[in-house]
Amino acid sequence: MDLLEYQGKQLFARHGLAVSQGKAVTTVEDAVDAAGKVGYPVVVKAQVLIGGRGKAGGVKLADDESQVREHAANILGMDIRGHIVRTLWIEHASDIASEYYASVLLDRSAKQPLVMFSVEGGVDIEEVAEKTPEKLVRHHVDSLKGLSREEAVQIATEGKADADVVEGVADALTALYDVWTQEDATLAEINPLIVTPDREVKALDAKVSLDGNALYRHPENASLSDSENEDPIERRAKEQGVQYVKLDGDIGILGNGAGLVMSTLDVVAQAGGAPANFLDAGGGSDAEKIKQAVELILANDSVKAVLFNIFGGITRCDEVAKGLIAAFAEIRPSVPFVVRLDGTNDEAGRTLLAEAALPNVHPARTMNEAAEMVVALAAGSGVAS
Amino acid sequence: MAVLVDERTRLAVAGITGREGSFHTLNNRSYGTNVVGGVTPGKGGQDVEGIPVFDSWLQAAEEVQPNTAMIFVPPRFAADSILEAAAAGVELVIAITEGIPAHDELRVYNTLERDHPGTRLIGPNCPGILSPGKANVGIIPASFFSEGNVGVVSRSGTLTYQIGNEIAQAGFGCSSIVGIGGDPVPGSSFVDVLELFQADDQTELMVLSGEIGGSAEEEAADYISEHVSKPVVAYIAGFTAPAGKQMGHAGAIVSGTSGTAAAKAEALEAKGVRVGRTPTQVAEIAVEILGGAGAAITPA
Repeated sequence: MDLLEYQGKQLFARHGLAVSQGKAVTTVEDAVDAAGKVGYPVVVKAQVLIGGRGKAGGVKLADDESQVREHAANILGMDIRGHIVRTLWIEHASDIASEYYASVLLDRSAKQPLVMFSVEGGVDIEEVAEKTPEKLVRHHVDSLKGLSREEAVQIATEGKADADVVEGVADALTALYDVWTQEDATLAEINPLIVTPDREVKALDAKVSLDGNALYRHPENASLSDSENEDPIERRAKEQGVQYVKLDGDIGILGNGAGLVMSTLDVVAQAGGAPANFLDAGGGSDAEKIKQAVELILANDSVKAVLFNIFGGITRCDEVAKGLIAAFAEIRPSVPFVVRLDGTNDEAGRTLLAEAALPNVHPARTMNEAAEMVVALAAGSGVAS
Repeated sequence: MAVLVDERTRLAVAGITGREGSFHTLNNRSYGTNVVGGVTPGKGGQDVEGIPVFDSWLQAAEEVQPNTAMIFVPPRFAADSILEAAAAGVELVIAITEGIPAHDELRVYNTLERDHPGTRLIGPNCPGILSPGKANVGIIPASFFSEGNVGVVSRSGTLTYQIGNEIAQAGFGCSSIVGIGGDPVPGSSFVDVLELFQADDQTELMVLSGEIGGSAEEEAADYISEHVSKPVVAYIAGFTAPAGKQMGHAGAIVSGTSGTAAAKAEALEAKGVRVGRTPTQVAEIAVEILGGAGAAITPA
């Protein structure tokens, strides 16, 4: 679960990391009001979960009320690579002497937290890692012990932070590590971590991802997701507890098991089609669940054909067929479906489907055959079945 | 011989009194797995269709000496149950539970390494391990698999059944099917399981089924080129997955430019591992290497 900048900064502040005073607003009037409270000059910052805000014109400095009004009006509603700006963060502008970089993330390969620090902040850190790797300190922490003060100072020193702010950087790294552990984050990143002319170390940006599986330990964080900017179908799926990801194509996909669904998307793409979604129906097969899933898939207007790819393990194909028949009776979809049932009780499932003679439902035997059929149907050509 | 689970398995199950836990435990027992006990705090002294239930792993260890633990408890209790089983001396812990927080998995992994190096963890968020004809621990539908010489290791459940079924239809069987799970910090990696298959007499070919996210497949590629002499056929799911989106499994996410399916397939192919582009193609390559006609071992 990715947080917006201002949500991340609120978490930072809770753990003692210095951030500028600011306010999150959603209207021009509130922006003006907030600017007056935090004090000019201010920065008006678009709150979206995508990089490159500055280049897109979503971050502007304002010296007075008329400028805040102008920038807020321009940025609110702006489309930054598909993300509509609905919230602004109005922050007192900082004077900057240096821009550093700091992050804590889960290193899946080392199976330990990785703390990274560089004095080359304010730029794409992957570029720093590639071109001048010697300027990026990478330090694995023993997660059972945590990050010690000595380690934090060592990282700051090794990274060649200015001598007079080594302590300040160590404080920031320690606080960032606390955010990472205590909030169950998978990523906590500050870019840039600035040093002000009066030598204060401060987080000027925040990129935080929280572990959705750990939210039960942090009920106060549950509301932090960017739900307004979430795709409406994805949001609905989440509320229903269905694993759904919207994609750009026109072929709706439903399968059981994350790996099999990913594989189904690939096989459809190889057959020349473009999947419209990822949907893992999981192990359940009751009619209500299948109905919900079909409704989610069809909520996307781009969908021209749907592929059901079920390999029954514990899930029984006859149960899936029953669910599908019941769901069709209620929804009466207008687009063609290709249904591939294989595995436990597959024959019984296919027989049920054949007997029900659902309009515009085409049975397929194998995954590859099903993919080819659904691609042809989406393209508007008929299918010999 | 098969790997990890077989006739010598003595299984105890945490969460045996739950709906899912009891269903799958009894399934495993009817397959022939030796189920010696279960663990549910507060329900010690009861039994599940004759399987004795204990209050703790320590008690279960004393009374019925399990060498394998299966974890079926809800996510918030799973980490402690795994560590408790390890502390009681159980050598193999298979965690089926899905949804364990990543930080808990990190704690479990590193605690096992530091305090219980003799315990191997498979999972979490995995379908378990099946050694056809010998033992089934977990939720893998055994009916699709027969005994044979193909070792399968996978991050995904249903995808494994899909590939395994295609291999079976071509007349081949499996030594063991090992699901290592789809989470960010799995207890065992591809490398750990490939090492076991390489040393296993029954296994003549390995199928590795990976997916987007992390670098376990790349690490497997390096390991294979140095330590594996048996043929390996690979499959990677998620070529069409967009960056930054979690595809069902907690670990299946492309971060920036790392963890893509294309990079994984390339890494494997660069080390001479053949990668099938569809599950069907994986089975075809496996059959081609094994020599066409089916060679499944008929269970005695």
